[in-house]
Amino acid sequence: MELVVFVLAAAMVLVGALGVILRSNPVHAALSLVLTLFGVAVMFVAQEAHFLAAVQVIVYAGAIVVLFLFVIMLLGVDRSEDIRIEPFKVQRPLAVIVGLGVISLVVASIVAARDAIGSGGAIDTPAATGDGDSNIRQIAESVFGDYVVAFEVTSILLVVAVVGTVMLTRRVKSGKDNS
Amino acid sequence: MSLFAAASPTSTWYLVLAAVLFGIGTVGVLVRRNPLVMFMCIELMLNAVNLSFVALAKRLGDIGGQTTVFFVMVVAAAEVVVGLGIIVSIMRKRPGATADDITALKG
Repeated sequence: MELVVFVLAAAMVLVGALGVILRSNPVHAALSLVLTLFGVAVMFVAQEAHFLAAVQVIVYAGAIVVLFLFVIMLLGVDRSEDIRIEPFKVQRPLAVIVGLGVISLVVASIVAARDAIGSGGAIDTPAATGDGDSNIRQIAESVFGDYVVAFEVTSILLVVAVVGTVMLTRRVKSGKDNS
Repeated sequence: MSLFAAASPTSTWYLVLAAVLFGIGTVGVLVRRNPLVMFMCIELMLNAVNLSFVALAKRLGDIGGQTTVFFVMVVAAAEVVVGLGIIVSIMRKRPGATADDITALKG
């Protein structure tokens, strides 16, 4: 059962990711991104991170992708770009080589570190992670306990981001309105 | 083939999938020219890292990994807001700009 869930979620993630980088229309790319994000949310549920799965769906699929779609439609760039045009000849082969190199290096280090992280058998259920609503309780104790300073700094970050974005996109009125 | 011998997926599977997702995101950032799609590929890479954090949190029985994912999501949201603001202000000046047209930082 877990294997079926993993295979289906992995198929969602990979198909969506390939859709993001291969579809020529930005709207289709954004919708493929939703597929990937849902697949990652399913994997979060499979790994007993229920709160993060909910946040993943609400924040990523619900807010960030909608923001992407708003900007795409607002700017009117929802035309298909011709991705067959290749300004630099060697760029795509080099990019694929770099990507495969990154994947193989990380996979090699994962396989080399299998003993260190102890993934010899199936995932046992660690007592610390728990299940159900105790996952939320544990995250709350961690966020508001050990990492409360980082949490407060995060609020400052959000305020800075909002104010900075308003400043960035504000139209500077020229002439008489600017009193 | 001991990797496929186990009936249920281990954390190694999730880590390998996260690595593949990260690689796909890297290729997307390097290949695509539309700055919006490049941003989506950055989101792919962030999600790959989140997935590996959650896999290791499960594996090691440490809730700190999930807390880190929480903060990564907040920072990613702030990053998207600022990045899309920059893209909107660029596109307003020169419509249809690709990443090649905005190599100089001055407007």
